[in-house]
Amino acid sequence: MPYEEDDVTRLIMDTHDKAAFARLAHMTVGQFRDWLLSHEADTATLSAVAPGITPEMAAAVSKVMRNQDLMAVARKIRVVTKFRNTIGLEGCLTSRLQPNHPTDDLKGIAASTLDGLLCGIGDAVIGINPATDSVANGLALLDMLDHARQQYDIPTQTCVLTHVTNTIEIMNRGGAVDLVFQSIAGTQKANEGFGVTLPILQEAYEAALSLKRGTVGQNVMYFETGQGAALSADAHHGLDQQTVEARAYAVARAYNPLLVNTVVGFIGPEYLYDGKQIIRAGLEDHFCAKLLGVPMGCDAATPTMPKPIRTTWTP
Amino acid sequence: MSADITKLPSANGQSVTGKDDWQPLRQYTRARIGLARSGNTLKTPDVLEFQAAHAQARDAVHTPLDVACMEQAMAGAPFLRVNSRAPDRSTYLRRPDFGRRLSEESRAALPKGAWDVVFVAADGLSSTATQQGAVPLFEAMRERLTDWQIAPLVVATQARVALGDEIAQTMGAGMVVVMIGERPGLSVADSMGVYLTYAPYVGCADSSRNCLSNIHPHGLSVQAAADKLAWLMREARHLKLTGVGLKDAAPESAAIGNVDRLS
Repeated sequence: MPYEEDDVTRLIMDTHDKAAFARLAHMTVGQFRDWLLSHEADTATLSAVAPGITPEMAAAVSKVMRNQDLMAVARKIRVVTKFRNTIGLEGCLTSRLQPNHPTDDLKGIAASTLDGLLCGIGDAVIGINPATDSVANGLALLDMLDHARQQYDIPTQTCVLTHVTNTIEIMNRGGAVDLVFQSIAGTQKANEGFGVTLPILQEAYEAALSLKRGTVGQNVMYFETGQGAALSADAHHGLDQQTVEARAYAVARAYNPLLVNTVVGFIGPEYLYDGKQIIRAGLEDHFCAKLLGVPMGCDAATPTMPKPIRTTWTP
Repeated sequence: MSADITKLPSANGQSVTGKDDWQPLRQYTRARIGLARSGNTLKTPDVLEFQAAHAQARDAVHTPLDVACMEQAMAGAPFLRVNSRAPDRSTYLRRPDFGRRLSEESRAALPKGAWDVVFVAADGLSSTATQQGAVPLFEAMRERLTDWQIAPLVVATQARVALGDEIAQTMGAGMVVVMIGERPGLSVADSMGVYLTYAPYVGCADSSRNCLSNIHPHGLSVQAAADKLAWLMREARHLKLTGVGLKDAAPESAAIGNVDRLS
């Protein structure tokens, strides 16, 4: 992916930390695997080298790692982020409460929210995929979530997963935006397929920071990615879907997100065909993202959740 | 310790009185809320119901579109029949690129005309949804767009959204509306999505489309979807674009099928 033609490549090259890379520079991909698994590569060391690792390095080494290797290394890495609470501490699993409703019915959303909270879900974010992707609807949903959060003093953040340009408009109108959501991918063309560019993300990032709504931290972005996104937009430029996925984490990393979520398997059976492929891809994405210093979560469909509503990929 | 506490729904789906206190809340959503537990997992009836829903979702993906049935619903009105380059379901699922292009025979057979818009009924990942919703939505749009030149309905199988681009380009239509079965979920296996693209061409970006989703009996109604689509189409014709540049600002009354939402 030439530097001249792709702004994600430019982002990766221009932000590459050569000092952090120095201790890895002499290794082959196989030696990199051995080093990652060694006791020498402890939590502090892995944090220190993260800025020197490119997505292509992470994807390459994951290909010579077994599932157990991906888990063993990923569990050594801590990526801690903060907004109204702290995410990513050792031994703490956080989860998104996703009270979607097919017509955005506020009572239906409230019923699902109550159910989720009683199950201990929602400390990562209470986030709705809206059925109607409009500014007015986004404002109404955010208002309702913000009132509920404040009324019960719930230590979490809320989000409506609408297009970033809608969220910018919602912020302009004074809406209660905690986190800016956007689906992102690993090439400029794939991001354009989502209707998003790096300058738009920067604008949204700065706007959300200026609201200063976080109490313990200011990680204000929420991104979703997923293997197959670039291929489904015919914007993969011949790259394998895992490497191009890892490049999306370089985009995420640039905006200090609170959360990144790989919607592994969501894009459909044409990209990850069955449960076995989905488990492997989830472990790859989790490993690659954490290695790059990105706070990665994986989606897990639970019986309480209605169908995720497609707002980001075209079938 | 107050008496009111016992009236709150509890996390395990049962109140201290032994009654299902979640029942009043279930009228507002089809999501599986307030499920009872066996230890740390679900009760047998909920597990079996979940497995049945999963099986329905899988079936919806593999059930072929009943074209004869749709022809009957069209009641003699002309329609065109096309297939993508994917010859069967298993190829369709593995090769998205085939589902976005017309087979040679289909492309050669499409007529040309000075149409403002062509509607495509595509099977997508749930033929049940298309079979149920596409013809009623097409009829509802014909009622609303009396001053538009509308091409005959195109029924497309092994089709993805972008197949509509080649259909419209081949036929010379200025806009395409693809009505397509959405990937089935665990609450809904018959949901239809609608994708509107202005001046479509082979290879145009997905960000140049507008989408209405969740059209099914328990979601957005066909009439509400038609009102909203008509609004979007008129705006698209006026602005000469669709996609992220066309913000959905349709009047709320036209947009939402569920009046309960406003109460």
